[in-house]
Parts: sequence; structure tokens; C-alpha cells
Amino acid sequence: MNRIESAFKNKKAFIPFITAGYPNINKTEDFIYKMVSAGADLIEIGIPFSDPVAEGPVIQESSQKALEAGTNLDNIFELVKKVRKTVNIPLVFMTYVNPVFRYGYDNFFKQCSLIGIDGIIIPDLPFEEKNEIYEYAKKYDIKIVSLIAPTSQQRIEDIAKEAEGFLYVVSSMGVTGVRTEIKTDLKSIIESVKKVTNVPTAIGFGIHSPEQANKMSKISDGVIVGSAIIKIIKQYGTDADKYIYDYVKSMKDSMNN
Amino acid sequence: MGKTRFGIYGGQYIPETLMNEIINLEKQYEYYKNNPDFVNELNTLLKNYAGRPSLLYYAEKMTKDLGGAKIYLKREDLNHTGSHKINNVLGQVLLAKKMGKTRVIAETGAGQHGVATATAAALLGMECEIFMGEEDTKRQALNVYRMKLLGAKVNAVTSGTKVLKDAVNEAMRNWSTRVADTHYVLGSVMGPHPFPTIVRDFQSVISKEAKQQILEYEGKLPYAVVACVGGGSNAMGMFYNFIEEKSVKLIGCEAAGKGIDTDKHAASIAKGKVGIFHGMKSYFCQDKYGQIDEVYSISAGLDYPGIGPEHAYLHDTGRAEYVPITDEEAVSAFEYLARTEGIICAIESAHAVAHVRKIAPKTDKNESIIICLSGRGDKDVAAIARYRGEKIYE
Repeated sequence: MNRIESAFKNKKAFIPFITAGYPNINKTEDFIYKMVSAGADLIEIGIPFSDPVAEGPVIQESSQKALEAGTNLDNIFELVKKVRKTVNIPLVFMTYVNPVFRYGYDNFFKQCSLIGIDGIIIPDLPFEEKNEIYEYAKKYDIKIVSLIAPTSQQRIEDIAKEAEGFLYVVSSMGVTGVRTEIKTDLKSIIESVKKVTNVPTAIGFGIHSPEQANKMSKISDGVIVGSAIIKIIKQYGTDADKYIYDYVKSMKDSMNN
Repeated sequence: MGKTRFGIYGGQYIPETLMNEIINLEKQYEYYKNNPDFVNELNTLLKNYAGRPSLLYYAEKMTKDLGGAKIYLKREDLNHTGSHKINNVLGQVLLAKKMGKTRVIAETGAGQHGVATATAAALLGMECEIFMGEEDTKRQALNVYRMKLLGAKVNAVTSGTKVLKDAVNEAMRNWSTRVADTHYVLGSVMGPHPFPTIVRDFQSVISKEAKQQILEYEGKLPYAVVACVGGGSNAMGMFYNFIEEKSVKLIGCEAAGKGIDTDKHAASIAKGKVGIFHGMKSYFCQDKYGQIDEVYSISAGLDYPGIGPEHAYLHDTGRAEYVPITDEEAVSAFEYLARTEGIICAIESAHAVAHVRKIAPKTDKNESIIICLSGRGDKDVAAIARYRGEKIYE
């Protein structure tokens, strides 16, 4: 069983996101340890990109600050290598296609495999363009996590059939960021997914409260939270450790396990 | 699904949320582009509203002064709203209306595409929102007010570097929040398929007319056609019907800003590398980690870090040639055309004029060269004055 499968084994997975290098790369390491000890089942590590078109203002700002602080792929690889010495839960990169392309697909996925990355999420690489990275990801056994959106409709089946790792179900239209209410009929989307695959589903975009996490964990296999965590880091900066721990713990505890 | 690429360039690198809408757009476009009613309606608008066909003007004084090939100017600056942008915008807004959309959004740099989109939206009765980098709203305050007069809402974009590329980011983000009633009127031959093809087709009227006109005046094809290139819409329009005429040189002029050996330029072909951004694979100015560069040009319309995918293909295959033109060369050409022909052209178009000043004297007198004069220069007068150290009040 690979690490991603075990994260969903007999439990609902809580998946926090963190922008690597925000506010600096050393703090990212500390924050990851806090999230792990608070019960995170899988962590999404964001490789910052200059122009993150799928992100709302909170993650956009964190990406910009991280880049200004000198974060780059080389020091992110170093970070993961260090973290992997003690952390056993799955770690998944989330980034945009250009940094991966520029680094060289073969080289990038080789590095991922060497440092112990389990999967990758690339929001600007839809189903039609998956072949761009497919052979390299396969070669180094890095799972490509695909996204399903409220507008996916007849595409759900095609995407789900080829799914691996887990499926990222986008809760709402638009970009990442906290929302008070989620109106999409996620239940029926997930039912369509389950008809064609056993790959677990996790819902993301807009989730921030334990109540929402509880509700979402009843219809899916996991919950992804990004902007709410980045907001905590924005508020408390290098002193955010304790707040991140408390928040992740409250979210994990609220889930329908 | 049709052909989404030009060689290796192009594609559809966009979030899943937008995929179905992009696929729908392609289907609808494929239907309407051959629909006689649509074609008729668009042609009527181009003729009676935009003022087409645009003139192909023989620049006799400039020709004599340079002492070489005959120089012709394709006068897109005389179109309604003052640039070639109206060709694409009328097509796309009409298409959006046929698709049942009630709202259009667009990015803009200097404001030309924003003004054109707001104009078409006013004419065709659509709600309109424009995304413009905050820096650009300050530099082009007059165009912001113009768009407001036309009934559009202008959003000053404060994310990222607050210029054109950030306006595109924000327009894409906004589109992904409401695809149901909204069409994104992309302003150049860029973005995910089918936009590069749609925009090229709507702009190809430039070369369709120019080819007929030059054959009428000269009895033979031109030696070269020359246009400025940012994203590359007027250049694609100027090139398109000449691509098959192998004897005709196609020359695109990129913004070299303060020089391609400085870090202040926007020359994606000369200095960029292949990358994937804004929905397409093409050439982009970027660092070694694939972060998109902040670019620079005196011309806000060319101040973009990438180039359309079909241009990337024409470059790789050698069919078109791309040359860098500095701010100084463009400003000199802007002044030269004003003095010599009494035409104040857009600073973007002046990049093409600058290159022709270099090549015309070396070209045989029996040949001709067409410059795409993509826009008029009223919007640039204050900036040129500042560049020359003149203090004037706008």
C-alpha cells in the first residue's frame, strides 16, 4: 500500500495546505511538524508561483511573499528531504505547470521520488493536457492528483476513470479562499465519481470551519484546507506554530471518523 | 475537439473549472464562423460601425526620404475606437451574444482593448467589466474614464505586479467564478485554445484587405509586411493571409525597452524561453525556476511577458522573423512619422515603423513594404512628452 492510500485507510483524511517559504523556509519546516502532530493525514506543500491563477488573494499573497523571501525549487527539495527523515504521512506538491516544465519533467519527478514526495496537484494541467507529465510521473511513481469542478459534468467520468492517489473535488466556482456557504451539489458529484473508481475523494476550496469539515467529511473521504491556514500564518507570522497546531487539531477532531 | 496547437505551441493549460466552457466556446465558434447570418451581421458591423475596409495608404514622403522600397501603411488607426482591437472585439462580443451570454469581461494594458470591449458591449447591450492593472489605471487615467463613459465597470487590479499580466490573471479568476452568463473577451492571439485561433481569424481581415489592396496598387505582392508584437494580434492579422505567399517576408517587432541586454524589455522571442502560462505553451520571459518576469516597455500594449503560440511556431519554422526595437528607436519613429506624413501613430505601431526605417533603404525601389499601423497615438502623446523631458499638463 502506498502512503496516499494509507492516509485514507479506514478514516477520513484531513489535508492541510501550506505555502512553502511563507514567511520563510525554516518556519515551513516547523509548521509541517506541528500539522503532523496535530493529526494531519496528508500535507499539500505549495511550490509558490509568480502568477497563481487558481488562487484567491490569501494564497496569492503568501506565494508572492515566499518568492520575495528567496524560496525556490532547490530549497523546497531540501526542505522536503529534511522533513521526510521523521515524517511518514504522504506529502504532495501543489504547484503550476511552468515551474515543473522549466525544471525539466524528468529531473523534477526524479527529485520528487528521491526526497519522498508522493503526488502532485497542478491546477493548470487539466485532463486534456495530462500527457505533458504522465510518462515522467509514472516512471518515478508520483501520483497525479486530478481535480473535478462543479462545472465538470460529463467530464467527471473521464477524469475519475484515470484517477490516482486521490481526487480533488473543487467545492465551488472561482478560486481558493474562505467561503461562508458551499452550495454545489457535491454529493451527486461524488456519487458519479464512485461509480467508476475506488480512488478516494477530498473536498477543497472554501472550507475553514470545523462545522464545514464535519459536513464535508460525511460525503467525502477527506477535506482540504488552505487559505484558512495561510491566514493564521499571515496573522501570527513566525509565532504561528501553536495556532496552526490548535486549528489543525480542531478540524481533524471535528471530522466524521 | 479540433486542433489545439501550432506545432508544439498552444494547448489548453487552464483550471478544470473553465474546461467545459472553453470546449463549449470552441463548438459554438466552429458553428457560428460558418453561419451566414453571423458572418453577415459581423461584416455589416465592421463596415458601418468600425469603418472597414481600412485604407492602405501610400506613404510617399516617407518612401522618398528613405530612398528604397515603396512604403504603405495599413491604417488600422482609423478604425472606430482608434485601433485594430475593434475587429476582434466586435466578433467576440457578437459571438458571446449568440451564445446567450449577458456579460463580457476583458483585460487591458494601455486601455485600447478595454475601450474597444466597452464600446462593443454598449452597442450590443451587454454588461461589461474590465480588469486593468492598478499601475496602468494611473498611467492611462483618460482611458479609464472613457470606459466608464461607455458604461463599463473598471476594476483596478492590485495583485502581483499590478500590470497587464496581472489583469489577465484577474480576468481568468473572475471568469472562473461565473462562466454561466459571462464570456471572457481575450484581447490578443494568446490564452488557451480556441482563443489564439478565434482572435487571429477576426483579425485576419487586416491582411485579407491589404492583400487585395496591394495587388490593386502594385500589381504584385509586397516584399515584406511588418507589425509590432506584444501578444501579437495585429501582427497575426497582418501576417495571416500572407503566410501562404512564401515570397513575402513576415516581420514582427518586439519591445526591447531599454535594450535586450538590460533587464528592462519585453522581448519574449529574443530573450524568452519556452514555457507554459496563461493557458498556452509558448515563449515567455521568465527566470530559471519558471517564475514569470516583470517586463518593461514604454508601450503599455507591448508590455507583456509572452507571445501568442502561432507566433512561436512561425518563429521556430523560420516563416516569420522577429526583431527587437528599443524605446528610443520607437519614440524616434513616432516623431518621424508625425513630421514626415502628418500621422501620429500609437507607440506600439511605432516599433514597426522604426524597423522599416532600417530596412526600406536597403530594399529595391520596385518592391513594397506594408506597415500595420495598428493604432493612433493620441493616448501616447503625454508619455512621449515626458520621455523627451517636456512638462505638459494632460
